[in-house]
Amino acid sequence: MNAETKIERKAKKLGLKERYGHLTRGLGWETSYQPMDKVFPFASYEGIKIHDWDAFEDPFRLTMDAYWKYQAEKERKLYAVIDSFAQNNGQMKITDARYVNALKIFLTGVSPLEYMAHRGYAHVGRHFVGAGPRVACQMQAIDELRHAQTQMHTISHYNKYFDGLHDPRHMFDRVWYLSVPKSFFEDAMTAGPFEFLTAISFSFEYVLTNLLFVPFMSGAAYNGDMATVTFGFSAQSDESRHMTLGLEIIKFMLEQDADNVPIVQRWIDKWFWRGYRLLSIVAMMMDYMLPKRVMSWAEAWGIYFEEAGGALFEDLSRYGITTPKYADVASKEKDRLTHEVWSTFYNYTRAAAFHTWIPNDDELAWLSEKYPETFDQLYRPRYEHWRSLQQKGERFYNNSLPQLCNVCQIPMVFTEPDDPTKLCLRSTEFEGEKYHFCSDGCKDIFEFEPQKYVQSWLPVHQIFQGNCGGATMPEVLDWYGIKNGSDNLDYEGSPDQTIWNDWTKSAQRAAG
Amino acid sequence: MTVDIKTTSVQPRRNTFAHIARRSGSDKAASRYDEATFDMQPSANFHYRPTWAPEFELFDKRRTALEMEDWDAFKDPRQYYYGAYTIARARMMESTEKNFAFVEKRRSFDSIEPNWRDLLQLYLIPLRHFEWGANMNNCNITDLGYGAAITQATMYATMDRLGNAQILSRIGLLLDNQTGESLATAKMAWMELPVWQPIRRMVEDSLVLNDWFEQFVAQNFVFDTLVYSLVLGAFDDEGQKRGAHGVSLLTEFLSDWHDETARWVDAVLTRAAKESPQNANLISSWVAKWSGIALPALEPLAREVLRNDAETALGSAEERLEARFAKFRTDDRVHI
Repeated sequence: MNAETKIERKAKKLGLKERYGHLTRGLGWETSYQPMDKVFPFASYEGIKIHDWDAFEDPFRLTMDAYWKYQAEKERKLYAVIDSFAQNNGQMKITDARYVNALKIFLTGVSPLEYMAHRGYAHVGRHFVGAGPRVACQMQAIDELRHAQTQMHTISHYNKYFDGLHDPRHMFDRVWYLSVPKSFFEDAMTAGPFEFLTAISFSFEYVLTNLLFVPFMSGAAYNGDMATVTFGFSAQSDESRHMTLGLEIIKFMLEQDADNVPIVQRWIDKWFWRGYRLLSIVAMMMDYMLPKRVMSWAEAWGIYFEEAGGALFEDLSRYGITTPKYADVASKEKDRLTHEVWSTFYNYTRAAAFHTWIPNDDELAWLSEKYPETFDQLYRPRYEHWRSLQQKGERFYNNSLPQLCNVCQIPMVFTEPDDPTKLCLRSTEFEGEKYHFCSDGCKDIFEFEPQKYVQSWLPVHQIFQGNCGGATMPEVLDWYGIKNGSDNLDYEGSPDQTIWNDWTKSAQRAAG
Repeated sequence: MTVDIKTTSVQPRRNTFAHIARRSGSDKAASRYDEATFDMQPSANFHYRPTWAPEFELFDKRRTALEMEDWDAFKDPRQYYYGAYTIARARMMESTEKNFAFVEKRRSFDSIEPNWRDLLQLYLIPLRHFEWGANMNNCNITDLGYGAAITQATMYATMDRLGNAQILSRIGLLLDNQTGESLATAKMAWMELPVWQPIRRMVEDSLVLNDWFEQFVAQNFVFDTLVYSLVLGAFDDEGQKRGAHGVSLLTEFLSDWHDETARWVDAVLTRAAKESPQNANLISSWVAKWSGIALPALEPLAREVLRNDAETALGSAEERLEARFAKFRTDDRVHI
């Protein structure tokens, strides 16, 4: 009987692509007991027109059997390294304890975003109408959870020895500079599913990812942090899947309907600027916080945005997409951005959960070399002045509260695109109130959706309104979860420094 | 006698993160599960309301009628964080792959009685769409749920259901000699065959629920207990008598998965019910509502497959649900 059935069956066997199609998008169906627009209520309110969800090209044809197998393999290796790092006191083998401050920024400012991404992709993974893109988003949703968790596990060991890492989740919801990444991601998550993907999958993961990943992971590699660099390598193959999704979804929207082009362009402009501003702190970390530098921010911007991004936007120009608005401003800022931001944190380090310091002579020389047009002229004198104060025992701390940009939430410390000596201040009125911005980019974003940005939880406003534990610095620090005298202030004289010096001394003694 | 390796010893200044120490009341070293779970979800000072749900915060406790003092109390008895989860599933999948290889090599499907083969096509392969509905429901809970403890476990469940659907599809591909015909037929059955329609209706109705915890009860407790008891219990037992041992080898992944997942589902419901009589009553009313829908919805399929034995099979599915429900029900006025 069965032999007969097989002979009768002449139908062609499935190719790999068709087989994958059956195993994923074939699972979905057109609902009829409940209307499709009730099952998928967020498919059209952003104005994006999709005529054929099946036209979405699955960027990676991964079925769950293979997913579990590859990912389990990677997890086994990663945790073996994390365990061995702890067992061998890997934290003593980094270049210098100042490096750990990069990890503090990472764990408090970046890891929570991985968690947010996990939930955001779950939202889109439920609500996209096409089963193909939904599965892609679900896989990214669980990957992002992986990243959030493995980062906690990797950095957990550092928390045992260094300050500033002890309460990252509490700080993320409260500390002033962490409202920059928090508001960035909430902005994306509270948008519709298509804007979320443009914001995170395309602008962030595709266009800007190398500027986030390279500084931290190469920084880890250069500075002897084997645990973090192993995490970086382990996450790399996840990231390349995510990047592919970013490009696919953009092309999909652009190919589905010409009316989508201006909407997508506006999102690209918005999220380029939002992402670029978010990277300011990473840029600063790259130039100032890595004892052994990988490359300068200006170099990284040149390679990863101006060159790689240039080619990308040239490729997208056939759809009518142009280079993001204000990309020229970002390029004008590349020789001053990091110095402006490091100076800001040097000022306000009393209220930060990481240390700052004046770069040593070698480091100042490196900065002069990397920024020949600006550093010696504009920034070195400032550092030398602060250094002389510090040598007199008068380390400068700014105890006032800065004005924040209503969109990116960074203190208004950036300068005019064409004049690095003049503060760039913008403002607009909405419903009788005045709102302030650091740039034309942020002002444009506000003016397009003022109802959204009037909701911003601005840390400085909140302190003045009495919502942050009290009116004095100790009360606010306490509310933030920052331990005064150990988490904050200059690296010089910090408990981190003392411990590091003890270790170094005993290591030298052991070496004879 | 032990080997004594001398290492540099340094004194840690703290053993875990402050948010975990606050929860456990001491700074003792925390498990990987705890570090991967507690307080992971942002919970304060949100900036913007979702444009897709402006009446709520981005993460909002008010999205379910259930109330909890501590939403991270829904600890997973399996202690699954991503690493532990993927490693466990990879192991299960490894033995499933061996079973697939065995079934193909020994041509185990050749021994299936022809009319049972038809029934397999009718009852087993369309189940992949039921699994896909479960994927959507768990994904929705991951989106709207509150706290990392329950939403990380529903994330794993989301991917599990896709995996289950793909195993069922591969069984279809074995039945149709890799042409995909069986999958097309199964889709048609799911969309049009009368015995599947009440089931599809119940799944579609669950997709549009507003309360995510009700969705959790409907899908992960009521639907799954009844469907798995029927399909992988009674139907499969019948298949054993009709030469379908090979099929059981391949659905073992789903049975094992269901047994394992049931431990987590029961732990969640027990913890929620323990919180307050209001919670316990809510859960009881949801169990009553959805079992009242699911039991009659499954009846036509059970009759089609088991004929006169359907009654007994439905009865034992209901008993199984009752037995699990008994673990955490506090209000015995509500009967299912």
